Amino acid sequence: MATVRLSFSPAPAHVRTARLVAVAVARRAGVAEEFLEEIRLATGEACSRAVALHRSHGVSDLVEVALQDGERFTVQVVDRASNGSALVGSPTEPGLFLVEPVVPLTMSPESLTEEDLAERMGLALLAGLVDDIAVSPVAQGEGTEVRMSWPLHRPSRP
Amino acid sequence: MELSLSTHTVGEHTVLEVGGEVDVYTAPRLRERLIELVEGGARHVVVDLSRVEFLDSTGLGVLVGALKRLRAVNGTLGLVCAHERLLKIFRITALDRVFALYDTVEAATQASGADPNQTA
Repeated sequence: MATVRLSFSPAPAHVRTARLVAVAVARRAGVAEEFLEEIRLATGEACSRAVALHRSHGVSDLVEVALQDGERFTVQVVDRASNGSALVGSPTEPGLFLVEPVVPLTMSPESLTEEDLAERMGLALLAGLVDDIAVSPVAQGEGTEVRMSWPLHRPSRP
Repeated sequence: MELSLSTHTVGEHTVLEVGGEVDVYTAPRLRERLIELVEGGARHVVVDLSRVEFLDSTGLGVLVGALKRLRAVNGTLGLVCAHERLLKIFRITALDRVFALYDTVEAATQASGADPNQTA
């Protein structure tokens, strides 16, 4: 299976590159046009989250992105920040945090800082956009992995 | 495409036209411009997102920050956004209920007190 891997230093400028690569690989893999915008936004949000975690914790390690086309088109974004896992509901139920309500409508935006708000909005976007998403601690060392997938429509016969 | 920002005035409204991509890299420039406008005395601001090709959560955070700053000085913020691609982002995050969203700059500048939470 064709896999494209991309690693980038935790700089905001590189997030756009990751988005462009993800969409290019998805298009080539045969992902339906209707999902490409989702992939662009979701990959950007996952990478922005990773960059923010690295920067807020002074982690200079590279953010890793893996794009794979198998049964489905999969995007994995791995950060190496120590407390990213605080966002994970539990190791046995990855992605639990994503079912938390979006910023409640009763909560005035005034009560949130821009950064808090962006983070919540980022999670809300990921949860709202992507049907198949899981967030889990990485197997080795510190960090979290955001794994998302989209269907691949391949013609049944040549 | 890089971020582009340009400002013009329609009556008492200051219209900020935004083009290109608003993301974690470019959003700080949008934030700075909006702060400049408010500090420069603009009170009724319309941000025209018609030519925005990409908007992420960082951009949403900046827009909410602008709303806060304007409300603090009894100002208003209207957003022009007709593309379904962007409207979906506002809906998913429930920010469509926080912002005054308009299809056109004309509609935004004709709405007086463009703040649904104060006029509705």
